[in-house]
Amino acid sequence: MTAVTATAGGIDRARVARWLQEYGVYVAVAALLLFNVFFTANFLTLGNFRTQLVQAAPVCIVALGMALVIGTEGVDLSVGAVMALAASLIPLYLGAGPVPAIAIALVVGLAAGTFNGFLVAHVGIQPIVATLALLVGGRGLALVIANGQLVQLHDKTFLELGTGDLAGIPISVWIAGLLSVVMALLVGRTTFGRRLVAIGGNRTASALAGLPVKAVLVGVYAICGLLAAVAGVLATARLSASDPADIGMLMELSAITAVVVGGTALTGGRVRILGTVFGVILMQLVRATLIKHNLPDSTAQMVQAAIIVVAVYVARERSTR
Amino acid sequence: MTAVITDPPDTAAATRRELMTGVLQRQGAAIALVIVVAVAWFSFPRFGSLDNLRDLALQSSFLAVIALGMTFVIITGGIDLSVGSLYALGGVLAAYGSQYGFLVALALPLAVCGLIGFVNGVLVARTKMAPFIVTLASLLFARGLLLAITDEGSNTYRVPADSAFIELGRGTIGGFGYPVFIALVLCVIGAVVLRRTRFGQSVFATGGAEQSALLMGLPVARTKITVYTMSGVLSGLAGALTAAYLQSGVTVIGVGTELDAISVVVIGGTLLTGGAGTVLGTVIGVGLRNVIQNIINQIGTLDSNYQSVVSGAFLLLVVVLQRSLARTKPGR
Repeated sequence: MTAVTATAGGIDRARVARWLQEYGVYVAVAALLLFNVFFTANFLTLGNFRTQLVQAAPVCIVALGMALVIGTEGVDLSVGAVMALAASLIPLYLGAGPVPAIAIALVVGLAAGTFNGFLVAHVGIQPIVATLALLVGGRGLALVIANGQLVQLHDKTFLELGTGDLAGIPISVWIAGLLSVVMALLVGRTTFGRRLVAIGGNRTASALAGLPVKAVLVGVYAICGLLAAVAGVLATARLSASDPADIGMLMELSAITAVVVGGTALTGGRVRILGTVFGVILMQLVRATLIKHNLPDSTAQMVQAAIIVVAVYVARERSTR
Repeated sequence: MTAVITDPPDTAAATRRELMTGVLQRQGAAIALVIVVAVAWFSFPRFGSLDNLRDLALQSSFLAVIALGMTFVIITGGIDLSVGSLYALGGVLAAYGSQYGFLVALALPLAVCGLIGFVNGVLVARTKMAPFIVTLASLLFARGLLLAITDEGSNTYRVPADSAFIELGRGTIGGFGYPVFIALVLCVIGAVVLRRTRFGQSVFATGGAEQSALLMGLPVARTKITVYTMSGVLSGLAGALTAAYLQSGVTVIGVGTELDAISVVVIGGTLLTGGAGTVLGTVIGVGLRNVIQNIINQIGTLDSNYQSVVSGAFLLLVVVLQRSLARTKPGR
């Protein structure tokens, strides 16, 4: 009798753990929303939701790319620096109109990502070091390009990207949502997505099975660079100034946190796009909740640290199966 | 033995090439340092001045202490992102503690930072969580703690002007500051521990082949906990020395220092995959980074942003070289 109960308890615990890994982030977001509805003044207002979503949009876009990279058992530390590079180029080409300026920023992001991918796939450098070089050098380069200056932007069309609405929803939120859907389809419904996950799961086996491992890896880092540049452009438009010194600072950490909290393991072989989006929302909600309850920045950072540890501790069980 | 005798001559040439490759790979950073120093010495009259060298040595000593701990962590196949935050936290705690006397000023940062490092180690070793994530969390935690004890960063603790603690950072022997000698002594001890002790051997074994190390009965978990604790203590010490030198606990230092430490360790030839590395290489890496920085400052017309561009490019150059040299070795 006792043995049976014990076994049942054991199964339950395993089931709870698995369930938490799968749905923990959604439950956490729901719980935090409920808490705020009851205990936070002025939470259920349109203005508040707008602010939260607009703040989360750039992180979300970067985290999408990061999720792909982490799915291949890599990591991209250079995303913040790529945002700064994109931001530094905008004022140089804005004279020719917003479209060429944005295009150049995106092309540079794509090039930076491709460069990272080349180092990882073809030269065989570990992702941390390969992207660390660009993290160290990229922001410096952005500051050199911008002469270390913050540049105010006045192009109305460009600034519309940061402040404008489409059907009542901010444009940057539309873009983040659209890119999330595209990435979910890319991972779930295309050969590229399947290959990406396979390579993250077992690179040697994928190579032996004849998958174009190097091409896929370069592609993944290129997408991550491109998405970082998109985030850089949007953040610049919202700030209505190009600020390479500050933009995207520590973005790599926020993005990695969101991906990990969303249930994607750092060991690769799995990409959870919806989980990542909810990871971003969760971290944004946590920050908003702490701020609205007048808890200082110090507490906010320590709470974030605790959330990361708990999320990874829960996700860790998967590797033992 | 017989294999050597029956080797055809072209294999001997290949062996020599392999030897050269090995030398380049191991001593690449040292060779680069010699070249850079020589160029700087002849191009900039001020570079060789005793004042500049003293300054250079002092600036290098803080990073060297942090990078020493990082070297051990990386050799076990791990990584410690929390060192920058712990460095800042150590400085603030030392300045705070200095009002209670010399011992508290030194013991408080070492104890707190060591404890955080210990927790890093336990989480990495016992729960099998990725070092990258564990130490990322403690990076945030330590910054948060720093902000909490400094009134959200608005309160800078000053070391009392009559405190003996200041001597630790500002005292000199032959013009060179105490931190330089402390860093040197620690690095020598570190090198000996790594090369000549059982603990050092299990550090290498843990990073080289963790499963084999486990099967051989080596204390893998204890080794990991020890290296992360060491890294925490050393970062706290570097912070304390900095606080003693600056005579206050500056709250904004140490952002990105973890990346500096990782770069100099990698430039010094320690492999991020673990299992190989030297303390001497790390010291050379620190020297190389700071000499290049010094040169950029000497040029004067270049703005300081070029410094990070050069550092990034240099890091890239070193890892690409390491990688391509490793490839020319047969059997890889």
